[in-house]
Parts: sequence; C-alpha cells; structure tokens
Amino acid sequence: MFLRCRSGFLAAGIGVLTVLAASCERRETSERRMPAPGRLDTPAGLESGLQPGAAIVFPEIRNPYEGDASGISEGRRLYQWYNCSGCHFNGGGGIGPPFLDADWIYGREPANIFNSIVRGRPNGMPAYGRRIPEQQVWQIAAYVASLDPRQPDRAPPGAREPLVQEEGGDREGTGPRGGQQR
Amino acid sequence: MWGGQVQFLHQLSCRADFVKRWGARPAVRTALLASALLVAGGCQREPAPRPTAATPEQRTAAPEPRTANGVREAAWTKEEDGQWAMAAKNWANTRYSRLDQINTGNVNQLRQVWSFNTGIAAGHEAAPLVVGDTMYVVTPYPNVLYALDVRDGGLRWSYRPRPVRAAQGVACCDVVNRGAAYADGRIFFNTLDNHTVAVDAKSGKEVWKTKLGDINLGESMTMAPLVAGNRVLVGNSGGEFGVRGWITALEAGSGKIAWRAYHTGPDKDALIGADFRPFYAGDRGEDLGVKTWPPGQWKIGGGTVWGWISYDPELDMVYYGTGNPGPWNPELREGDNKWTCGLFARRLSDGAAIWFVQFVPHDEHDYDGVNESILVDMPWRGEERKVLLHPERTGFMYVIDRTNGEILSAEPFAHTNWATGVDLQTSRPIKNEEKATGLGKVVRNVCPAAPGAKDWQPSAFSPRTGLLYIPHNNLCMDFEGLEANYIAGTPYVGAEVKMMPGPSGHRGEFTAWDPAAAKAVWKIEERFPAWSGALATAGDVVFYGTMDRWFKAVNAVTGQNLWQHRLGSGIVSQPSTFRGPDGKQYLAVMSGVGGWAGAIVSGQLSAEDGTGALGFVNAMKDLPEHTAAGGAVHVFALP
Ligand code: HEC
Repeated sequence: MFLRCRSGFLAAGIGVLTVLAASCERRETSERRMPAPGRLDTPAGLESGLQPGAAIVFPEIRNPYEGDASGISEGRRLYQWYNCSGCHFNGGGGIGPPFLDADWIYGREPANIFNSIVRGRPNGMPAYGRRIPEQQVWQIAAYVASLDPRQPDRAPPGAREPLVQEEGGDREGTGPRGGQQR
Repeated sequence: MWGGQVQFLHQLSCRADFVKRWGARPAVRTALLASALLVAGGCQREPAPRPTAATPEQRTAAPEPRTANGVREAAWTKEEDGQWAMAAKNWANTRYSRLDQINTGNVNQLRQVWSFNTGIAAGHEAAPLVVGDTMYVVTPYPNVLYALDVRDGGLRWSYRPRPVRAAQGVACCDVVNRGAAYADGRIFFNTLDNHTVAVDAKSGKEVWKTKLGDINLGESMTMAPLVAGNRVLVGNSGGEFGVRGWITALEAGSGKIAWRAYHTGPDKDALIGADFRPFYAGDRGEDLGVKTWPPGQWKIGGGTVWGWISYDPELDMVYYGTGNPGPWNPELREGDNKWTCGLFARRLSDGAAIWFVQFVPHDEHDYDGVNESILVDMPWRGEERKVLLHPERTGFMYVIDRTNGEILSAEPFAHTNWATGVDLQTSRPIKNEEKATGLGKVVRNVCPAAPGAKDWQPSAFSPRTGLLYIPHNNLCMDFEGLEANYIAGTPYVGAEVKMMPGPSGHRGEFTAWDPAAAKAVWKIEERFPAWSGALATAGDVVFYGTMDRWFKAVNAVTGQNLWQHRLGSGIVSQPSTFRGPDGKQYLAVMSGVGGWAGAIVSGQLSAEDGTGALGFVNAMKDLPEHTAAGGAVHVFALP
C-alpha cells in the first residue's frame, strides 16, 4: 500500500501532493508548501550531471527550512530520534557516509537529501518514507545540509555539547590527537 | 618509534637465562635486545616432533616438550597436517602450527611469492584457509569465496553468494567477515545478510544455503563458523541494533537447523534444562533471561555471538561468549541482563547448556564477552586442570576450569580502571563506581574503551613457550548515556562515545602472557590498535600485522622483532601458515584495513567528528596518513 502511495506521489505534481499525502495518512501540519523533490523533471531529482542530448534547465527546489534556525534545531532533534545519528553520528559517518566532507554520493541538493531519507539508498540507507512525516523530513534535511562545511552559516559538527570538548577528566593518555583536519 | 620496543615484564625461567641476568630495566634494553638474539639462538632450537603417519586428521600429536610453566595443548590435539582448515587452526583455538622450517634464524629471509587482490575496500578480517593445494579466502561484503592454487595464486574458481546490498546498513562496524571453515570436502561461511552457505571445495558449487536471520531486525553475520562432528556452529551480530542474540547449529550435510539457543528470554529458548549446572550461585534460578531485565526488554536485549567458538571433543563441550546487552545506556535495562557478556558451555549434539559464567552482569561499557577461549591443560595449585584461557574485553585474563566453569584466576593484562578486579567467590567484577555510566551523564576516561582491552583480534598459544600471544588495544573513552529509540533495523545504542589512546599514548599492544603466573612476560607497543590475529609456530616465531601496514615476525621467547614487511594496506586479518605441495612452509595473510578500528579509512569517514564510528574515529584521526583501503591476500616463503 505504501508503495502505491509513493509511486502515485512521484508521478504527481505539486498541486495534488497534499491530497495524496493525506490519503497516505501523512498529515501536513505546517502552513508551508512542501515542494515535490521526487519529480523526475527537476534537476535536483537527477542523480547524474550527465544528460544525453541537450541539457534542460529546471527550476530549483529549495528546502522550506533552509536558514531557519528553529526548523534546523528541530531537525537536529529528529535526527537523533530517528537514529540517523546511530549510522551517521554527528555528521562524521560510521555505517553511513559522512556529511562533513565535500563528497556526496547522491548529491547535496535539498531534493537529493530529501530523496535519500524518504526513498532510502541501496547500500544500507533505510527508506524512511513511511516513518517520518514529510515536514520533518525537510527539517532533518535542513539540519543535514547545515553540516556541510561549504555552508556559510554552518552548524558546528558536534550536535550536543558535553563530549565535544577535547580535554578534561584525569586522562593519562598523551598520544596523537587532532591528526588530519579538513 | 613504534612497535620496535619490547618491554620485559618478568622473568622466564627456562630458555631465557638472559632475562634473569639482565632483568627488565629500561637502561639495559639495548643490551638485552642484543643478547636476546644470541640466547634465543641457543635455547629455542629443540625441534618439534615430526609427524610420521599419512592420516594426520585421525591421530593425536605427541606432546611438545613440557614448558617451564607446564601450560600445554589439550591431550586430544591432533597431529600437524600442514593445513589450515579453520580460522583458529584447531578446535582449541591455539592458532599454533608445528611447522618449523621458518624459524627465528631464517625468518628475516621471507619473501612474498604471490598475491591476489580482492578489489574490495572494506576491512579484511578473515584467515586464509589452506586445504591440500588450495587456498580459500572469503572477502568482506559481498562475501566472495575465492579458491586459489597455493603454488602460484592461480584462480581456480570463485563463488558469489550475492548478499542483499541493504545488509551493509546493519553492520555496526564495517562489513567484515572473519573467515570460513573446511570439513569433509566443503567450505562453510556466513554472509552479511544472514545466510550460512556450504560450498563444494573442489568445484565451487553451492551445496546448501540456509537463511538464519533478518536484516530488518538489525541482524547480520560476520563470524567464522566452527565445524565439529556433523554440526556447523554459527551466530548473529547486531548488538548495536537491539537484536536478540543466538547461536545456531546446522547439520553439516543438509544445512537444516539442528538447534538454536537464544541468549535472552525464557530457559527453554536458551536451551537451559536439567543438565545446566553453573558454578556460581548468581547464574542459578528459573528464567533468569527474563527476570534480570525490565519487562519485555530482553526481546531486544542483544547477547549476540559474533566471536570465536571452541570445542573439546573429550568433554563434548562447545564454548563461546555472548555479546553486549543493548542499548549501551545501562539505565534502560536494570538488572544483570542474562545471558549477555558471558561464556556458555554447551553439548554439541543438542545445544543443552552445561554451565555459564557472566563476566559483566549489567554491562555499562559495551564489553562483549565474545573473545576467543583457548583450550589448554595446566597445573593449578598442584593439580592438573583442563582450562580455557579467555582474554576478556574487560581487560582481565580469565583462566577457567572448562569442565565446570570455575574461575581460577582473572588478572588484568592491560590498563583498566572500570573495575579493580574480579571477585572469585561470586564471579562478579569489582566495579569502580566512578566509571558507572547512565542517562545524561558524561563519564570521562573509562579504560578500556568500548572495543575493550581486546576486541575480536584472536590470540595464539605456543606449547613450546607456554605463553599466550595477545594482540590488543590500549584505548580509553569518554561516554555519555542518551535516550534510545528502538526502531527495528536501525541502531539502538543510546550513547555517545569518544575514544582516545590509553596511558603513554600508544593505541595497541602485543603481549606475551604467562597463564600460570598470570603475568605478562613482554609487551610490544604499537602505534595503532593491534587489530590483527596472532599466529604462533614451532619455529618459535610469532606473527601479527599492524594497521600501519607491517606484517611482523617476533621471537616467541623474547618478543624481539625479527622481520617486518610492508604490505599494500593495513592488516586487520588473521595470519595462517601451511606446508605447500613442495614440502616447504609458507605464510599467508590478508591486507586491507578496516573493521571498527579502521572504519575511518575503509568508510572514508570524516576526522572532524570524533563521535564517528561509535567514537572510534576520535582515536584514529591519523590513520589515513598511514594507509589507504583495499584488500589482498599475500603468501610468503623462504627463498
Ligand atoms: C542503518 C543505518 C542508517 C541509518 C539509521 C540512516 N542512514 Fe543514512 N545512510 C546510510 C548508508 C549506509 C548510506 C549510504 C547508502 C548508499 O551508499 O547507497 C546512507 C546515505 C545517506 C545519505 C546520502 C549521503 C550521500 O553522500 O549522498 C543521506 C543524506 C542520509 N543517509 C541521511 C540520513 C538521515 C537523515 C537519516 C535519519 C532519518 C539516516 N540517514 C539514517 C545508513 C543509515
């Protein structure tokens, strides 16, 4: 049932999005209009920069929470709650790839991140589409994007404070620390 | 300088007079090392007894000459057959070969004779197996099994089980595989997506494939099976995903499940019945796998089996440890959390539990109990005992009577501050409350760190020295307990961790341990965690690899470095040795950095976030300056 909802969603335009989302029991609580990043005729929906024949220019999709401090901080909380942190940690990666470097496998555009979360990615990224309401997906995506070092108003990589400080305690160790910085 | 210094920690009586004379003072280290060569040359060359008959599998080996400390191989140890048919070499898990052509005098002439690239960037933790004239290696995900001609590395066949790609998402600590096992013309191994497969060793054709777990419950499989009798013993991984841990015995012939025992839940699920006689009172009682948990929490409580299994054919007992309870944050699971973080002895045929001992009731630091148990016989307070040696993640070396589960000794082999010792009356560790973890609490400098004083990297035992050779870690951590939200198939950890080097700044150690004296004899410091297995040989050479790409040979008596060779990538695998069709002794090892310790390289993680890879990144930020990823198997011989 979920799958049918999703493919319906993919094929649909922005206009019918809310209706379909409602029929999939995904309640839209915000006033914001949520863009439809899954549409294949938008550049952000593409995962290849190589287009056969003449490249077509599409309108850009923006994250409704881009630069929105409270949306990003809610996104940070949800990132923990849905266990994104268990695989990506504070952006440095683990099971999943890091968000702190410039190398994005599936793209760093808002719609790419949205799609990574909603549809999942084949090498172990869970498809959260059924689990997380769309508005929250955008909030999480805004937080994830804010970790990218190329962001001018970037959030610091350590999400929560205590463990971020390097020194403290009665640590005896004096070995190499810090190492390579990017 | 790293890895070049040997610290002598106490005196060896027999072969090393020089230790007595020179003592362990750092000031005389140079002289000591110089004399080590001479003395080692003089005292370790009694040749091991040579095998005589043609059907080695059936025969029991004549014992090695008795060592000063009296610790020796189990009486049922089989005669050397020049092969390496299971990851740990034998059921006793000694990783000891009686081959002695390569010895302390000539090991420095070793040359690589061939290599084979796997083309895979993940951590290569497996042991190369050799049966007859064929080498078998299993790669990390996608778990390809290669059969190679031992003579020249020619590729005979490959078998691809094609695990589902999504399985990579539930492998907590890199998509590793710890190897295969050979028995009766078949190779057995596990796939990341929870299948055990049997492959015909000659043709490479699949004989059977059995599904044992579900990635959507967070389960995966990474361990090397143990085959004994007609049973293939395997277990699941996923202690960081809220799985319910189990061990399963498959029928070797058909792949049908013979029995399965869970490590949480009611006694009937744990195969605990009339034969269960744990040595300590705390492990007795009905349904402790339910009662030592908050209601229902046992269903997602962990207790996985991703480490090593041993088997004693005389006692007909299987030994293996159980993993950590989940989530890491201990406040969410009040109680002793049985049967996690402990050791089970079971009957092979039906899995019935015989005894259990818990190393860490109510674990607070991710101290899985899954490390290897090496089965040896030794005198203890004037009495001959059948024991197992178990270098615990907690930093304590357990010597346990393997007939009944009694702990004979438990002494620290590495720096620990989470507990001051083990109470031998109750089996419980004496915890340091300052290092107790909990929700919202930041506890600093807990030693050892979550991967333990020693993680999966298996040690080797030499019956010629009576010593256990332990590759291990020197890591501490800061730990903060967090809320944990159970969503099946995603991590269930509830903690944030940052690891750092332990005292004196090195991150790895290679320790020679005297189990009778319960003391280290010498230690080699390594820059990075010593994340490879060890191999001991009758040439009195011990081999291991380092994450900064050195494959090393050291003197089994003195710890002196005899040879080292730089490989293409860091070494986190298990070396093996075999006799080739030409009668010569060879050595084999895989390179290919990764695993939990090497995830920063194999997963191309960011050094900017120390909490990455469950906090291991913080201690490994400089690893990318020493190695890149990429797996290969390498074979070495004398000219
Ligand atoms: C079970 C582990 C796991 C969980 C939980 C998880 N991820 Fe992932 N994630 C991965 C893996 C593995 C990949 C890489 C997949 C691939 O390469 O096909 C990935 C990829 C991604 C990508 C694409 C990165 C790129 O370089 O293009 C994004 C964005 C992402 N995840 C965000 C999230 C968010 C947000 C959450 C929580 C809602 C989350 N992930 C939860 C494992 C996980």
